[in-house]
Amino acid sequence: MNIDSIQNGVVLDHIQSGKSMDIYKYLHLDQLDCQVAIIKNAKSARMGKKDIIKVDSPMEVDLDVLGYIDPNITVNIIRSGVRTEKKHLALPERLVNVIRCKNPRCITMAEPQLDAIFLLSDREKRVYRCAYCDAEERRSF
Amino acid sequence: MEKRNLIDITDLTSAEIGELVATAEDIIASPAKYAHVCDGKQLATLFFEPSTRTRLSFESAMLSLGGRTLGFSEAMSSSTAKGETVVDTVHTVSCYVDIIAMRHPKEGAPFAAAQRAEVPIINAGDGGHNHPTQTLTDLLTIHREKGRLNDFTIGFCGDLKFGRTVHSLVNALSRQSGIRFVFISPEELRLPDYLKENVLEKNGLAWEETDSLEEAMPKLDILYMTRVQKERFFNEADYIRLKDTYVLTPEKLLPAKSDLCILHPLPRVNEIAVSVDDDPRACYFKQVKNGKFIRMALIMKLLGLKA
Repeated sequence: MNIDSIQNGVVLDHIQSGKSMDIYKYLHLDQLDCQVAIIKNAKSARMGKKDIIKVDSPMEVDLDVLGYIDPNITVNIIRSGVRTEKKHLALPERLVNVIRCKNPRCITMAEPQLDAIFLLSDREKRVYRCAYCDAEERRSF
Repeated sequence: MEKRNLIDITDLTSAEIGELVATAEDIIASPAKYAHVCDGKQLATLFFEPSTRTRLSFESAMLSLGGRTLGFSEAMSSSTAKGETVVDTVHTVSCYVDIIAMRHPKEGAPFAAAQRAEVPIINAGDGGHNHPTQTLTDLLTIHREKGRLNDFTIGFCGDLKFGRTVHSLVNALSRQSGIRFVFISPEELRLPDYLKENVLEKNGLAWEETDSLEEAMPKLDILYMTRVQKERFFNEADYIRLKDTYVLTPEKLLPAKSDLCILHPLPRVNEIAVSVDDDPRACYFKQVKNGKFIRMALIMKLLGLKA
C-alpha cells in the first residue's frame, strides 16, 4: 500500500497499534482541512505492528497531550519533503485541560469552567492525580 | 511578603509545624502577650458548609489576637445562592479582608479559590478531602499530652475513607520518625489508596489494617476515633449499615495502655460513649481548646506577625 510522502507537515510514528484513532480524536485532527493519512498495523521492526498518522500541513502538535496518551510516539516535522526535526516524548509533569476529573465530589465537577489540572504522581505506573481533589487517573496503555 | 496559603498540611514543613506548636504553647502560657498582635486586621470565615467548632474557633482566635471577623456560615446566605462561583465569591471577599478561612463541601474548592484570592486562604475543610487546621490541633494536643511528635503507635478508627481529618493527620505524621499506623475500619471505609501508595509506602512507613478495634487496642499509644459522616454518603442505606460499626465504651478500654490518649475531631454521634468522657485518657475536649490556640499561631504566621 502506498501513501504519498508529505512536503510540509507532521508524521506521528510509533503509535501503539490500534490507538491512532484515539490520537486523531485527542488532537482534533478532524477539524483540519488538509490531507490526513491514518495507517494502521504498519510493519515495525521494534514494535511488530504500529500505527502512523501523516498530516500534510504544518501544525502545532500539543506534545503534552501526545506524551500523556502515549510517550513512545515520535513526532517528525517535515519541511520541503525533508525531516528537519524528530521529537521524543515523555509523560508531562502537569496536564491542563487534557482530561477531566471523574470524582463527583471534586469542585471541578461542580464548576466546570475551572482548569482541569492533573499532576504526575507515579511515572512508572503512569498515574496522575487531580490537583484539586487527588483523585487518580491511570493511563492504561 | 509572599502570600502563603494553607490548603494541605504539606504546605507547611515539619519545622514550621514545630514552630506553630511552640507558638501555641507560648500563647497558652502567656495569652496577654498576644492580645493586640492583630489589631486592625480582619479575618473572613466563609463557611459554605455547617460548622460549630472550626468556625467559632477561628473567630475566637482572631478576636483573642485583637483582630475582627466577618463572614457567613451557610452557602445560601452568600451569592452562591445566585449561582456565583466559589472562586468569584472568595476573590470578592479577599478585597475586603486580610485573611480568609473557608470550608466547602466540594473537594479542592480552597485550592481553586487560592488561585485568584489576594490574601492568604486557610482550608477549614473541603468535603472528605483535607482539614489541615484540625491536624494542627491534633498535633498540638499530641505534643501536650505525650511531650513529643514522634515514636508512638497511633490507631485511626471509623471512617477512614471520607475522614478528611484522618487524611491530613496521616500526611503530617508520615514526616515524623518512629510512627506506627494502625487503620481500624470496615472494608468499605478503608483509607484511600492514594494515601497508602503516595504517603505510607513511598516513605517506607510501618502500617497495618484491621477491622477489629479490640485486637488493636493493647498496642496503641494514641486512639483517633472518627464519626461515620452521613453527609458523605450518596446512599443512606450504606450509612445506616456502617454508622455503628465502632462504639468506644469503658469496657473496650480495659486492655488499653494506662497512658493512652483518646482523640476525636468532634462532633461525635455515638462512636464514643458519654461514659468515656470522665476517663483521664479522654483528650477530645482538650483538643477543642487547643484548636483555638493553634489557629491563633497560624493566623499570625500567615500574616507575618509576631508578638
